[in-house]
Amino acid sequence: MNRRLLLAAPFGVALLGGGAFYAMLRGLQTGSFDPRGVPSQLIGKPLPEFQLPGFSRADVLAQKRPVIINFFASWCVPCVDEAPTLMALHQRGVPIWGIAYKDKPAATQGFLARHGNPFTNLASDEPGLVAIDWGVTGVPETYLIDAQGIVQWRFVGPLPDAAVDGLSKLVAS
Amino acid sequence: MRAILLVLLLLARPAWAISDPAEALPDPAAEARAVEIGSQLRCLVCQNESIEDSGADLARDLRHIVREHVAKGETDAQITAWMVARYGDFVLLRPKVNWGTALLWASPVLALLVAGGLALGLRRRSPPAAPLSAEEQQRLARLMES
Repeated sequence: MNRRLLLAAPFGVALLGGGAFYAMLRGLQTGSFDPRGVPSQLIGKPLPEFQLPGFSRADVLAQKRPVIINFFASWCVPCVDEAPTLMALHQRGVPIWGIAYKDKPAATQGFLARHGNPFTNLASDEPGLVAIDWGVTGVPETYLIDAQGIVQWRFVGPLPDAAVDGLSKLVAS
Repeated sequence: MRAILLVLLLLARPAWAISDPAEALPDPAAEARAVEIGSQLRCLVCQNESIEDSGADLARDLRHIVREHVAKGETDAQITAWMVARYGDFVLLRPKVNWGTALLWASPVLALLVAGGLALGLRRRSPPAAPLSAEEQQRLARLMES
């Protein structure tokens, strides 16, 4: 009995390890597991106080409806990829508010002229300090704020086209 | 010329932090504290470097923030908590001890226990060899002679 158990133990350990490794690789493939991901600390919490040239927290809360807030920059290459997705959301009536991160206003304007302007409102975070308060680690990064001003969702990197349907159902009036 | 180069090379010190002198606090003690706090905080862009070692823009901003808070007279715990509130436990290069990291922290002890158990088990498995019988002694003597 004892011998059999000892013999089976390494197989058991190997099976468990293999299973866990498979689950990890699977998660990497489907995107449900990201070892480099930094989970947002804002989810389920009220939007932090901020006041930027363009708009402030109070302006977002005054909407009394869900708003999408997108951090972007003219110098950011993935933001170019994301531009058509944001335009599609905009055309479906989704309010997207943009915050230009570490970007000169003239450069931001040039970017919007080239790739289209999906933003209902535009703010500029040139020092990048508001982004740090939100826990932003890079651009683009997208937040969904509900009607009560609670952060419900965050996405790091360019929004995929697949997100358009879901987000428009959630947010568009 | 070569000698001068050699002397210069010998005098050169490694650049510990990327921070340029303009970033540093004027008070050396405060600056040392800021470096110590910053070297325990992960750069969120490069992830395997501390914000003191990283050249990323975000790391530079975070270094600056750490120094601002040090200058305000905040404690190390307050400054670390400020970072954790924004970026979560992931920003700490030394993970906190909690249920999620229990296995990680316990792994050295577990490895020792497993190794100890294996060593004990193997020792018990093989009993010390019995002394040679008279017949075996004779045979051994014969073999040695031939």
